[in-house]
Amino acid sequence: MQEHIVDALIVGAGGAGLYAALECGRLARTAVLSKLHPLRSHTGAAQGGIGAALGNVEEDETLWHAFDTVKGGDYLVDQRAAQILAEDAVQAVYDLEHQGLPFSRLPDGRIDQRRFGGHTRDLGRAPVRRACYAADRTGHMILQTLYQQCIKHDVAFYDEFQVVDVLLSEPQGGDAPRCLGVVALELATGDLHAFRAKAVLLATGGWGRIYRITSNAYANTGDGPALLARRGVPLQDMEFVQFHPTGIREIGILITEAVRGEGGVLHNGEGERFMERYAPTLMDLAPRDMVSRAIVNEIRQGRGILGDRSPADFVQLDATPVGAEALKRKLPEIVSLCRTYLGIDPAAEPIPVQPTAHYVMGGIPTDLDGRVVWMPNNGSESYVSGLYAAGECACVSVHGANRLGTNSLVDLVVFGRRAGQHMSGYVAEGPAPSWPTDAAQEVMGRLATLRDRSQRSAHLSATDLRERMQAIMNEAVGVYRRGDELDRAVETLQALRQAYGALEIEDTSKSFNGELLRLLELGNLLDLALITAGSARQRRESRGAHYREDYVERDDDAWLHHTLCWLHGDDLRFGSRSVDTSIWEPVARAY
Amino acid sequence: MLVRLRIRRYDPESDEEARWAEHVVEVEPSSRVLDALLEVQRRHDPSLGFRASCGHGVCGSDAMIINGRSALACKTLIRDAIADSPDDDLATITVEPMRHMPVLRDLIVDQQPFFQRYRAVKPFLVPKDTAPDRERLQTPKEHAEIADATNCILCGACVSACPILGENPRFLGPAAIVQAARFVFDSRDVGLQARREPLDEDNGVWPCANHMACTRACPREIKVTRLINLTKRELGRARDQAEV
Ligand SMILES: Cc1cc2nc3c(=O)[nH]c(=O)nc-3n(C[C@H](O)[C@H](O)[C@H](O)COP(=O)(O)OP(=O)(O)OC[C@H]3O[C@@H](n4cnc5c(N)ncnc54)[C@H](O)[C@@H]3O)c2cc1C
Ligand code: SF4
Ligand code: FES
Repeated sequence: MQEHIVDALIVGAGGAGLYAALECGRLARTAVLSKLHPLRSHTGAAQGGIGAALGNVEEDETLWHAFDTVKGGDYLVDQRAAQILAEDAVQAVYDLEHQGLPFSRLPDGRIDQRRFGGHTRDLGRAPVRRACYAADRTGHMILQTLYQQCIKHDVAFYDEFQVVDVLLSEPQGGDAPRCLGVVALELATGDLHAFRAKAVLLATGGWGRIYRITSNAYANTGDGPALLARRGVPLQDMEFVQFHPTGIREIGILITEAVRGEGGVLHNGEGERFMERYAPTLMDLAPRDMVSRAIVNEIRQGRGILGDRSPADFVQLDATPVGAEALKRKLPEIVSLCRTYLGIDPAAEPIPVQPTAHYVMGGIPTDLDGRVVWMPNNGSESYVSGLYAAGECACVSVHGANRLGTNSLVDLVVFGRRAGQHMSGYVAEGPAPSWPTDAAQEVMGRLATLRDRSQRSAHLSATDLRERMQAIMNEAVGVYRRGDELDRAVETLQALRQAYGALEIEDTSKSFNGELLRLLELGNLLDLALITAGSARQRRESRGAHYREDYVERDDDAWLHHTLCWLHGDDLRFGSRSVDTSIWEPVARAY
Repeated sequence: MLVRLRIRRYDPESDEEARWAEHVVEVEPSSRVLDALLEVQRRHDPSLGFRASCGHGVCGSDAMIINGRSALACKTLIRDAIADSPDDDLATITVEPMRHMPVLRDLIVDQQPFFQRYRAVKPFLVPKDTAPDRERLQTPKEHAEIADATNCILCGACVSACPILGENPRFLGPAAIVQAARFVFDSRDVGLQARREPLDEDNGVWPCANHMACTRACPREIKVTRLINLTKRELGRARDQAEV
């Protein structure tokens, strides 16, 4: 095993990881590890925009942005965090522009802005143009720009290194452990590397791949949170998964909300603009959880396009009001996706859509500087020294029970930067952790047994397990949820985790052993699926993206708190964290 | 429907040289070639190596040669890939790793040299002036000058398709030139001044002879050859000015 010693180590090279690396790299010896080449990260898939109250087109205020974020998240948002998000977003956009990001422009040369769901003027009065964008490849441009800056500043990268464990010291009594470093597998050689670091930041992105229909990349397997869960770190608000209303039917590829922001509308099988009934003010631009529920409800009532009430039914997104010219200029990716995968021209024909698993609001709990929360059973909160998280894998929480469109890209930049800054201060002071000699032995042993499994016999293949997990998640832990269905999901997932233990692996080679890597990822997905289903089962209310048909009301008296979930072997244990409601009193959410 | 995949494979640990493997897989005509590869990996042979992530043509992971042409597996549909197959036989799709890049395993190539050339063109903004408090202004017209080039996902398909690289492996190659053009024509950037060295050399932009293979291969429909020619013209201008 090769050993490396660095001050600060960043795991993940999407928007969050790269921003943290740039920030931390100014002052500390920093290295970035990523299982994908950085430019292949899923941040590059983000289409629609990054929200910031620049007020370039219409009057806007950061306070309104913060309020929309809190209300959009159904009051499970930590309000001070939302305020920072909205305030820092403005400078973040200017910084990105200064670094060369090619934003789409107004005739006078300033950055253009467009509408997005749930973003309003004057605390909910009408939609506001807040989303800055680069056509419909905003994420691609953010990822490219940040990577370009990393090249300029000579950031050290270890590309195609997959982290397989995060090492924490043994917690002593009630004290929080400290982070010692990570163990990673080099894809090209199959070699294990130990990275000893004063501080580690996880920015490994989302895990939409626990679902069958998703907008997420194959690589979105939630490695960071899963590794930490197995090390005793609780995960927060895992029941809150965002289903984006407009995924391409069956294949789940995203059609950005910007299509509706630019004038597109949803129609059911009767040709009705059904959102009028669900959200009279914002209509098609209501927050995603409401639009997704409306779509599924229409389908269940027999008003889908097929009209058969089946899960395969769908509705139509009519982009013709946008106009052919604007589609071409402002939404060229969407035109191309429709042409390639559906064989249609969205300027002439409606797009068949259904909700697609898109974004995880929950994740690794952190404070405002990205420090990872530690909470042993006695309930007093502290931090794992030297451990940070940012981006989609973290839960700050600025998205609460439902994220607004364009707020994830803001989250990456704002909190990626804050975490990077804090980290550089931390490593300047802290001494290098002592590294127990056997720290990585255990991982090596585990991998050796995996590689060596060809003798064992298994009934199920990894493919079977993955497909079953994705099917049950889609069926039972989707847009609508019910206690008995969630029981079934938890049971099924437990059985799948048992079966996982006996999986065999055929490929024993070292170089680019994809079978081994996918097996490790499947283990992570299964654990996160279980935690998601379990968290959904214990929250007996409906809030934001978590809708329980057996508990249809939001219940602030009993449930206005964050869920924490610990994975103890095969058991799930639950606790809670308070929500910061210091600015706005929670009220009923209507649009 | 059933299709036959003929895949060029190479495992550095067990193969002396590359070999062909065949699998018959069940796919829909509307599926992607990537789905067929995933099907092989999931149900036939888990050891098949290829890169893929986003699945819809934005991450640049899965450029390869499909039926002789450089393309993304996730953006090539089965029905298009089998269009030329004879009717009487099982439709066959041939898949090989990209050209002009060393093969590491199966369809996975070494992209280090590719990214080194990318780095050589200084692919980051070299600003003309100090930044104002708010955004720098850039008109839609100025923005349009770079829009095409900003589309590049560095997939490498253009490099794989380039006939010049077959004769002259030291040619800078289309992708790096596209990335240079992205900044050379940016109204906020000092432009050529910072990037003359890699571009205006024997193996810089000049070997390009307008075969257009890159433009045809580019999955983002970037007018690659046009950008190369514009860059040449800009270099010519800079030379003329230097002589005056
Ligand atoms: C199709 C789509 C469109 C979207 N559009 C928008 C939008 O318009 N606006 C918006 O605000 N948000 C949007 N989002 C959400 C947003 O893009 C994501 O939430 C965000 O990009 C996540 O960034 P990240 O940096 O956290 O992770 P990612 O960009 O996913 O990066 C994760 C990184 O971690 C690395 N990694 C993972 N596991 C490991 C491991 N085990 N070892 C080493 N490295 C590892 C990966 O290689 C990768 O570099 C969209 C999302 C999708 C899917
Ligand atoms: S120019 Fe086109 S083909 Fe070449 S690397 Fe960029 S996206 Fe790929
Ligand atoms: S998998 Fe991302 S481009 Fe094909």
